[in-house]
Amino acid sequence: MQTDLSHYKEILIKGIWRENPVAYQVLGICSALAVTVKMSTAVVMSIALTLVAAFSSLIISSLRRWIPSNIRIIVELTVIASLVIITDQILKAFLYDISKQLSIFVGLIITNCIILGRAEAFAMANNPADSFVDGVANGLGYSMILLAVAFLRELLGSGQFFGFPVIPGFLYDMGFQDMGIMVLAPGAFFIIGLLVWLKNSLPGISHEKK
Amino acid sequence: MGDLLSLFINSVFIGNILLAYFLGICSFIAVSKTIETATGLGFAVIFVLTVTSPVNWLIYHGMLAPGALAWAGFPEMDLSFLKFITFIAVIAAMVQAVEMVIDRYSPLLYASLGVFLPLIAVNCAILGTSLFMVERNHTFIESVVFGAGSGTGWMLAIVSMAAIRKKVRYADVPVGLDGFGFIMIIAGLMAMTFMMFSGITL
Repeated sequence: MQTDLSHYKEILIKGIWRENPVAYQVLGICSALAVTVKMSTAVVMSIALTLVAAFSSLIISSLRRWIPSNIRIIVELTVIASLVIITDQILKAFLYDISKQLSIFVGLIITNCIILGRAEAFAMANNPADSFVDGVANGLGYSMILLAVAFLRELLGSGQFFGFPVIPGFLYDMGFQDMGIMVLAPGAFFIIGLLVWLKNSLPGISHEKK
Repeated sequence: MGDLLSLFINSVFIGNILLAYFLGICSFIAVSKTIETATGLGFAVIFVLTVTSPVNWLIYHGMLAPGALAWAGFPEMDLSFLKFITFIAVIAAMVQAVEMVIDRYSPLLYASLGVFLPLIAVNCAILGTSLFMVERNHTFIESVVFGAGSGTGWMLAIVSMAAIRKKVRYADVPVGLDGFGFIMIIAGLMAMTFMMFSGITL
């Protein structure tokens, strides 16, 4: 068993960039986009998802020798759902406003394809430490896309960053206007589409075929 | 009656579960390659949503909501934090039951829907609809209408997407944008057209 640092680094890079869950594997954007109108909700959502991904991978990987293969999906869903309940309760207790804004989307982490996908594809076949790192990496890769989308939507849609106005006033005087469409649903689709285009055009990434 | 019709129209178009709330995008992209499979999955989603939304309503308001266990002698019990795990279990069980019923009584329908039914259990649109139903305090009848409306909206979106993808199959898309990126741009344009319906009141 390889336990040196470079091994973990490789798992991390693979999850964060080379096989980035959102853009490359086309997984998990279901619950991602609705919370990207503002940075603050997107940050909380990213942290919640990364923690759930990391700990569900850790738990499922520790239990992998005892889970009968024909009921494994149910077991995995139960582990993930329990972690999501804990996350939801913590958010309600300490960040009530944000948990109201995230509304049902914390609950939808359960059906997030990334978490179940990593549990199935990686945690069931690897040791707990590797699985934990893999969960963190995939969570961070997802967070990166989520935060990029939220940054662009908040900046272009309402001229703000974490709620603070950042577009200087003289631009508005010269006729600059916030793009209303970025706050609405279509804006998120366009930004994801353009980000995927950008990512596919960068070097070092195998191009995804139709 | 007018309220229910308006709720239905709203959940099909303006509050479209797929294009306004981004739920169920995984299967929207994976299964929209041909119109036939998209239609099959669309009908399966309508069916499962119309069943699971009221069933989850009954379970939530009969057992989980704050004070719902008063009939059993626990008036202060609040089990609403269990709703995630309960709903996902109900959905998985209902999908299984629906699959067995269809298999028994309509083998023809089973042959066309069979492959898609297990996929539906982890479709975010199904869990999302049940959670929205709780958050928006729908009544029982409203939960049936909301489930059916969300399903119809989802099917409308996936079937139109399949039709558009058939039309643009030979389009000359820039390298790097073809595939996933292009589909997202199309979905954005579709979301814009669906939003045109906002402002309609019945």
